[in-house]
Amino acid sequence: MTTSTSKHAYIDCDPVKCVGCQLCEYVCSFTKTAEYNSYRSRIRTVRVDEVLITAIACRTCENAPCVVVCPRDALTQDPLTGIIHIDGTRCDGCAWCIEACDFGAISINPTTRLAEICDQCETVEGGPQCVRWCPKEALELTTPERRAQKTRRALIAESLEMPTKAKDPQ
Amino acid sequence: MYGYSGKILHIDLKTKKTWVEDKPEEWYKLWIGGVSMASRLLWENIVPGCDPLDDGNPICFANGIFTGTPVPVGGKFGLASKSPLTGFIGDSLSGSWFSIALKRAGWDGVVLHNSCDRWTNLFIDDDRVQFLDATYLLGKGTFETEEAIRKKMGDDQVRSCTIGICGEHLVRYANVTNDGRQAGRTGHGMIWGHKKLKAVSVRGTKGVKVFDPATLNQLSFDISKTAQGKDTEKYRVYGTATGLLSQNKAGVLPTRNFTEGVFEHANQVSGEFLDEHHKVKVIACAQCPIACEQMSIVKTGPFAGAMTGIEYESLFANSSNLGVSDIRAAIKLITISDHDGMDSISMGVTIGYAMECYERGVLTDKDFACPSHPEGFTLRFGDGESAVKLAEMIRDREGIGDLLAEGVRISSKKIDEERGTESWKWAMHIKGLEPAGYDSRSLKTFAVGLAVGTRGGCHNRSAAYDPDIKGETNRLTVDETRGRVAAESEEYAAVYDTLPLCKFIRRSFTGKADRAGAWPAIAKLINATTGWNFDYDAVDLIGIRAHTIKKAFNIREGWTQADDELPWRWKHEAMTKGPGAGVFVTDEELEYMKKLYYKAKGWTPEGLIPKTKLIELGMPDVAEQIGV
Repeated sequence: MTTSTSKHAYIDCDPVKCVGCQLCEYVCSFTKTAEYNSYRSRIRTVRVDEVLITAIACRTCENAPCVVVCPRDALTQDPLTGIIHIDGTRCDGCAWCIEACDFGAISINPTTRLAEICDQCETVEGGPQCVRWCPKEALELTTPERRAQKTRRALIAESLEMPTKAKDPQ
Repeated sequence: MYGYSGKILHIDLKTKKTWVEDKPEEWYKLWIGGVSMASRLLWENIVPGCDPLDDGNPICFANGIFTGTPVPVGGKFGLASKSPLTGFIGDSLSGSWFSIALKRAGWDGVVLHNSCDRWTNLFIDDDRVQFLDATYLLGKGTFETEEAIRKKMGDDQVRSCTIGICGEHLVRYANVTNDGRQAGRTGHGMIWGHKKLKAVSVRGTKGVKVFDPATLNQLSFDISKTAQGKDTEKYRVYGTATGLLSQNKAGVLPTRNFTEGVFEHANQVSGEFLDEHHKVKVIACAQCPIACEQMSIVKTGPFAGAMTGIEYESLFANSSNLGVSDIRAAIKLITISDHDGMDSISMGVTIGYAMECYERGVLTDKDFACPSHPEGFTLRFGDGESAVKLAEMIRDREGIGDLLAEGVRISSKKIDEERGTESWKWAMHIKGLEPAGYDSRSLKTFAVGLAVGTRGGCHNRSAAYDPDIKGETNRLTVDETRGRVAAESEEYAAVYDTLPLCKFIRRSFTGKADRAGAWPAIAKLINATTGWNFDYDAVDLIGIRAHTIKKAFNIREGWTQADDELPWRWKHEAMTKGPGAGVFVTDEELEYMKKLYYKAKGWTPEGLIPKTKLIELGMPDVAEQIGV
């Protein structure tokens, strides 16, 4: 599987913690559209075979393929945050960005037929609302470096036993 | 109108005509959604007195008031038809995406009239209705059918209610499944199968609007955070299966077809055992921050690979109730019921009945002979492998499975007629519906709650086991309070079933699950969603009205007080072990409690509803038809 090479932050979901409740989709669509509608959510839950569950949003790839392929230059990437911005006046809903995205993180608005993507709630007080709402703390705004640290910690905690007693040298 | 579209979709399966019924806001204030609205739609659309399998019996869906919003555990819908098991109201609830898709498609309710002339997958695509050929789905299980439809449509957001093989085979307790959840009881799957309706699929792309989203969001956020606390811990960590050891301790865990209430191997089939040895992952219904479904897998033995979500009710019926101490066999049995689409409670209780018939010599090895098992087999209590064989025979209506697929009431009648036996005495059912996992001989308030229940032996509609088990009532005796307690407990449950909200959230509003703790919080949620002005009393009335319309339905279908009866065993035989030993419900006790209950409801001593009472509740048309 392709993975993000980004140094930027992105919304990550822990599939072990995610239970597939979709509250992230409700709060996302509401934050963006003032309506509750999963089809308008920039984060989407995925459930395969009952127990394989996670949620996916934009991974802020470096040299983001969606930006590169857009024939109308409607997509731009913020060099500081990595967040992709879509200019609704340029986008014509051709969906090349969707084809280019390795994560399925872009969606088409069923009414306007234009592309929509996660912007990490950059203008919303309190930051990403999906992270704030997630009842199982499965979502977090993280970076590849922080994600790696977390994996290392989990690995050590699982594989090594905590020394509970100081060994008496004698 | 906020929170509702104001529209009910009617579809005639025979003529393929569709029409839209606009309902006024006042109608929604009375019926709200879920079980109540589905039952009301059934009342309005059924041909009274029709056979449950006639074309005059419609399929009625009703969405929830909070469906498609962030209100925790509000993603549910009600389903109502006349039950082929009971001949009375068959009202079920199911959770998850289907209801949300339906809401987003813009429908508060859907009524399906008549029958299809060939196997059909009905597709409600926002405003458009299509009748798709379902031939390619025949023989597929419930989960498989849903997935096959999504694959064919090429859209993960298409959500379906389906029947499995059991519904196709007209098993009388076949059910309807969506998103891994079931409208499980009272035999909806048989009706769908009879109508040649394999699946109802929905795609809804529109948004849901509410009156005061800022308030609704804040309330929902707070409740979903509280719902991670200790009040929901048992559901989150072990799921409902943790109830098995509690019921065993209380001596009410149905064991060997309800002969005893204590199972000596309870530790091997408990929720705790399941957690340690078989749990894969906990998953949630859509819109639920609690997540209670304990997905469990069998890794060894003949049933390796079986996996499904395990609930207490499915577990008791297919473990202790069969004397089965190998939880792997129980998981396999529940996997069959879930994937092939039948009610795991009715299935387990029916197999328990057959096991007792075998133990008593009413049935013998050769009675179980069939093409798959030419020599027949033994069916002793505790034999999980034979139970699995029988479940498959029921599913396929093979050999004696064809008879047992009718449930215990019809099976026992037929067996007794043929053989001059009295197996009806251990045929456990109430109004034809096999009871859930509480032996009610020593739960006397619950006993009357079950006897008067509008849909038969159901623990979801009457919650009266709660005061009995908690010790708020003396569970071994009767007194003058029991009618009131039973009435209040079913009206309390009816509020949740009508909104609908999953009852597991009941302590997460204020920490107290009683009316005072929950109703004001629920009123706030209703008002933020709709802009109405509901208060404590208005919330309370939701439950009373919901229960009344179901009872009115039953009266119109010919109910008399003789139908409010308990299984023979609970009235004549005592258990020998545990806190409930030596006790049963006598005729006098039951009749006494029934009278108290009718009185508490404000009904006549015969259990009929006075016209004035119905008019007071805003149901003049019902008063006209069945009021006295």
